[in-house]
Amino acid sequence: MTDLSQTKLTQQQVRERIEQRLASRHRKEKIFRGLGIASIAFGMLAVLVLFTDIISKGSGAFVQSAIELRVHYDEQVLGIDKVDDESLAWANFTGVIREALRERFPEASSRSEKRELYSLVSTGAPFTLRDRLEANPELLGQTETVWLTADDDVDTFVKSLSDSAEGFRGRTSDQKAGWIEQLMASGELKKRFNTTFFTNGDSREPEQAGIRAALMGSLFTLLVTLALSFPIGVAAAIYLEEYAPKNRWTDLIEVNINNLAAVPSIVFGLLGLAIFINFFELPRSAPLVGGLVLTLMTLPTIIISSRAALKAVPPSIREAAMGMGASRMQVVFHHVLPLAMPGMLTGAIIGMAQALGETAPLLMIGMVAFIVDVPGGITDPSTVLPVQIFLWADSPERAFVERTSAAIMVLLSVLILMNASAVLLRKKLERRW
Amino acid sequence: MNTMTLDAAGQAEPVQPKAVEQDTVGTQTKVRETVGKPFCDSAKLRMRNVNVFYGEAQAIHDVSLDIGRNEVVAMIGPSGCGKSTFLRCLNRMNDTIEGCRVEGELSLDDEPIYGAKVDVVPLRARVGMVFQKPNPFPKSIYDNVAYGPKIHGIASRRAELDEIVENSLRRAGLWNEVKDRLDKPGTGLSGGQQQRLCIARAIAVSPEVILMDEPCSALDPIATARIEELIDELRENYTIAIVTHSMQQAARVSQRTAYFHLGHLVEVNDTETVFTNPQHELTEAYITGRFG
Ligand SMILES: Nc1ncnc2c1ncn2[C@@H]1O[C@H](COP(=O)(O)OP(=O)(O)OP(=O)(O)O)[C@@H](O)[C@H]1O
Ligand SMILES: [Mg+2]
Repeated sequence: MTDLSQTKLTQQQVRERIEQRLASRHRKEKIFRGLGIASIAFGMLAVLVLFTDIISKGSGAFVQSAIELRVHYDEQVLGIDKVDDESLAWANFTGVIREALRERFPEASSRSEKRELYSLVSTGAPFTLRDRLEANPELLGQTETVWLTADDDVDTFVKSLSDSAEGFRGRTSDQKAGWIEQLMASGELKKRFNTTFFTNGDSREPEQAGIRAALMGSLFTLLVTLALSFPIGVAAAIYLEEYAPKNRWTDLIEVNINNLAAVPSIVFGLLGLAIFINFFELPRSAPLVGGLVLTLMTLPTIIISSRAALKAVPPSIREAAMGMGASRMQVVFHHVLPLAMPGMLTGAIIGMAQALGETAPLLMIGMVAFIVDVPGGITDPSTVLPVQIFLWADSPERAFVERTSAAIMVLLSVLILMNASAVLLRKKLERRW
Repeated sequence: MNTMTLDAAGQAEPVQPKAVEQDTVGTQTKVRETVGKPFCDSAKLRMRNVNVFYGEAQAIHDVSLDIGRNEVVAMIGPSGCGKSTFLRCLNRMNDTIEGCRVEGELSLDDEPIYGAKVDVVPLRARVGMVFQKPNPFPKSIYDNVAYGPKIHGIASRRAELDEIVENSLRRAGLWNEVKDRLDKPGTGLSGGQQQRLCIARAIAVSPEVILMDEPCSALDPIATARIEELIDELRENYTIAIVTHSMQQAARVSQRTAYFHLGHLVEVNDTETVFTNPQHELTEAYITGRFG
């Protein structure tokens, strides 16, 4: 009141001034909203481009060409007269397949033609036959029709036919292309769902390469990481937030935790190599060591987010509990933790997602090895999804291109699954106060 | 040589009552020492020469006061004069504040409250507290009240616990309103109900002393009246220290009233005396509305 009369502004003038400002205020509001929408649109667009690119490139890997052949389990060709472990190991299944191929295309006569012919099916095909014979010993001496995985060159050629009539030839000769088209026309060559991709480990041959070993490796590594980093991180956060006196030492610790969060991950890899492998002599390439290294890397993230979650718990709840005579530990475990848990979980999931996508530190501890066997535990040699992607992206065969994208899709699916479960968990735990 | 006058002048209060300025020279010793009746014979809580510091800043200056058995003592005074700080010394809630230091002798039934050997857990079970803002736990109504008995192991059977919960809620005058929804969150109650829930929670562990820091500041007149009634009932079994900004409330519920001013305890007297015939100029200025 007094202010207005002192500056001698009439109510009319005051209103006019407000009106003048109003237009610019509205304009600013609009600009800000527009900027927000634009940035969200940009983000969505980037995600869309990324996803369409990966899916269009990678979806091909989920199907795989296979060739239908009539094979005769000839005792003479196989060189065995009974079915047992020893004879199966000796048996010449390659010969059986070659015979079947020669029978199907009798026109191949010269050495080079035959070599072309034999390269229609994958070098892994004999194992398919061995597995079948092992499962059904009565097939010995019999004939049956089986679908055998085609070679990756064949597969690449078949898949490229949808892009251009010519198709991508590469090492495929005209004659071989003719055979393939013939097989396709008669329905003896089909694209079938690629189970191999989900059941096998890595392989030099793209058609036999699978994601399973890397997926399990990632899983074991993440389990170790989560089992170590979550309890340690939460305990550290609780101590720093609820117990530690605020002095120079705790300030120093806080600064260093923040610094640790910014250390390049490869440094953790070097540290892991020096400590866990060279000093403690833990096995190389093992999820155990990978998990330990990733624990070092994710700890700062988890500690920082857990502390933020603890800070966000209203102090009135602490006071109420303390006023009731609850001990410090009771205050923390009965009241503070339940309220902070959703926030802590979010931090843990962000940390885990980082760990899942981490490559560099794992290269340092040997998880980049060529792993064919699916790991069965945390001490088995294994690789992880991002490293597998890195390895495949580096391979010359064209068929690995789509497998790289497919592996990225698997990685992203795991990530989305993790985030979704985190959101669900959060929803379930979240309470209002 | 911290006299009241110097402090008061140093703080540059916007309205300085003239009477004080004139009189303090003559009554210097008087202002430093609390006027009235700060002591009593059957003291439940005994405080002597209490000083409280927040870091370097002193919030409570040399306060001595007794709170008698089954007595309600009201603490009044202008905002920021240290009422809450003083109250929180009595169950050591100040321990939780970083940089807060309490000096002086405080005892409950002649046992020291502060000291390395004293365990705050049983102390806080004996000296309960109700806060200015209702702060029920984000748990069910039942669990709110049952929490104290549970952590102190008071009830040995479920039936006993049920009985404690019902009794506490009844005494807090909340039972009829919540008996059908004991499993609903306590945070879903109205402000007044929440505050009564907090009182029920505090009395569930049968404390000997209840500290109340402006328990009605967020409540409407009806809820306030309900809580005042409750305080009157509780007095039979408990000793109560209540901070309030409402002089009517102080007059209605308390037997003695303590007037705080800038960290000093200026006057303690029978409530009636304080409001009808205050002995200290500052008290008079405050209750007549000329100050604070
Ligand atoms: N946590 C704290 N840290 C530092 N100073 C504090 C803290 N709490 C209170 N103080 C100071 O101590 C003095 C007394 O505060 P206190 O809260 O006891 O006042 P009060 O009498 O309860 O006021 P009100 O009536 O407004 O609640 C004030 O000057 C205040 O600024
Ligand atoms: Mg206060």
